[in-house]
Amino acid sequence: MGHKHRSASEHQEWAVEAHGLVKVFGDHRAVDGLELRVRTGTIYGVLGPNGAGKTTTIRMLATLLRPDGGSAQIFGYDVVKQPQIVRQLIGVTGQYASVDETLSAVENLMIFCRLLGLSRAEARRKTSELLEEFGLTEAAKRPLKHFSGGMRRRLDLAASLIAQPPLIFLDEPTTGLDPITRNQMWETIRRLVRMGSTVLLTTQYLQEADELADRIAVINHGRVVAEGTPDELKTSVGQSSLQVKLQQPEKIEAAKRIIEHVLRIRSSISAETGNITASMADPDQVTDVLVALRQEGIRLAEVNVQKPTLDEVFLAITGHGTKKDEEEFSVLREVR
Amino acid sequence: MNTRQLNSRTSISQAVRNSFTMAYRGLLKVRRTPEQLFDVTFQPIIFTLMFTYIFGGAIAGNVDNYLPMIIPGILIQTLIGASVASGVQLRDDMDKGVFDRFKSLPIARIAPLAGALLADVVRYVIAAVLTFTIGFLIGYRPEGGVASVALAIVFSIGCTWAVSWIFAFFGVIARNAASVQGISMLALFPLMFLSNAFVPVKTMPDWLQWIAKANPLSHMITAVRELTNHGTIGTDFIISLIGAGAIVAIFAPITVRVYMRRA
Repeated sequence: MGHKHRSASEHQEWAVEAHGLVKVFGDHRAVDGLELRVRTGTIYGVLGPNGAGKTTTIRMLATLLRPDGGSAQIFGYDVVKQPQIVRQLIGVTGQYASVDETLSAVENLMIFCRLLGLSRAEARRKTSELLEEFGLTEAAKRPLKHFSGGMRRRLDLAASLIAQPPLIFLDEPTTGLDPITRNQMWETIRRLVRMGSTVLLTTQYLQEADELADRIAVINHGRVVAEGTPDELKTSVGQSSLQVKLQQPEKIEAAKRIIEHVLRIRSSISAETGNITASMADPDQVTDVLVALRQEGIRLAEVNVQKPTLDEVFLAITGHGTKKDEEEFSVLREVR
Repeated sequence: MNTRQLNSRTSISQAVRNSFTMAYRGLLKVRRTPEQLFDVTFQPIIFTLMFTYIFGGAIAGNVDNYLPMIIPGILIQTLIGASVASGVQLRDDMDKGVFDRFKSLPIARIAPLAGALLADVVRYVIAAVLTFTIGFLIGYRPEGGVASVALAIVFSIGCTWAVSWIFAFFGVIARNAASVQGISMLALFPLMFLSNAFVPVKTMPDWLQWIAKANPLSHMITAVRELTNHGTIGTDFIISLIGAGAIVAIFAPITVRVYMRRA
């Protein structure tokens, strides 16, 4: 054979390195010069709205889709030139469960085990081990048609772990799951990393990236628009977000000026509701804002202080005020 | 976990093992959705009965005289029809999420394709055995004997497997399963009726005789008839095998090529 590599892959510094990655569908640049670096042994979150290019990026890194430009390495192996090696180092859990609907959980896992070269006995042992671990033992023999979304996702993840790959791609692992199942999934992901795996996950939820990821890349229109630790990202948008609604909408400009003055930032007025939204570095500042508004005789209908959402991270990163960004803003709202 | 043996190529033996696992998966799916077997169970039964009793008297004088002619015809018709379903099901399968996982696994690229075609052989066996069983029940006694019938079954399944590569090719290039069905049926109907499957060719106009004699299905049917009715292997048998070999030689590489590029 003469094509064997004895790899020290897991000791490489970077699990994923992508430079200038491009994928074009027709005249739409789904991924447009994407840069990504994931340190081995960490959880990396790729955050962005629907259509930002998250799934396309994962598909290229997982050798499912050929990039139209740029390059990507998994533990130093090129995804285009050495796809078969890359496939031995990764596990992929897709956005839509990549398991066989007509078969049972046991049959699915057995087939994947056998394909990965396990003997019949090994496959049987591994299957029951994974079913146990993911709480699927009871439903093991039922066809997947009768599985809930959460069970399907768990089976999908279990199937990705058969070969104990050092790098696991999770494409929106919790989209559509109820809060309890989502928390279980988070716990599972954390356990994977404790056992030495590297995880690259995509999500639409800042909270999820915040809970799990060591570093986050925010992507939009196929590009990384911000990158950093969750704390760095959040500081860039402030600790929390203030929303006020006025009793007299005609005073909205005056109120906006006061808020901008007190918080020393620029706020945005969302057109459809007549709300003013502003981010605050410190939630305590809300008192200053309210006092200042009262002094000017502006009466409030509603006040709201929230943690920053993906909307605000985006708003802060893509800039305020321009027409394009406002459109983007409303698109993001629809997405959520 | 630290010393992972990485191979940049899959060996032939791995390709074979992977293909058999994929074939096993195909059979499991059949067990879960037995309606996939409708075309290879009901069709031979219904067509054999229908054609025999409707046309038997008109074409061969009586039913018993027609059986040696029609049973091989129905056999090939059913098998080739079943090979269309291979292409349709392949397309259907490739559109499912699970194919993404197969593509991301370090398995032989050809395995999902080879496995699907391999599993279909089981369907062909069912169709072939059923056709001869029904024939036997309504009075067909092949003069060639059991061994010749068995050889005829193996021969026709081999040829069908070769033909299934054509439909697998349609399956790989088509946009969806319905269009595979459409294209294949369009190709199949003239092929089936412009042959010697149901009527003696000499009753046709000259120009049609020429087409019917050139039809590859006619060669396969004649080869089966010679085997089952006389126990002999003639030129049609050889021509069919050469044709089948040529189809595989042409369609297997291009299907695999296109499939791998899409996969």
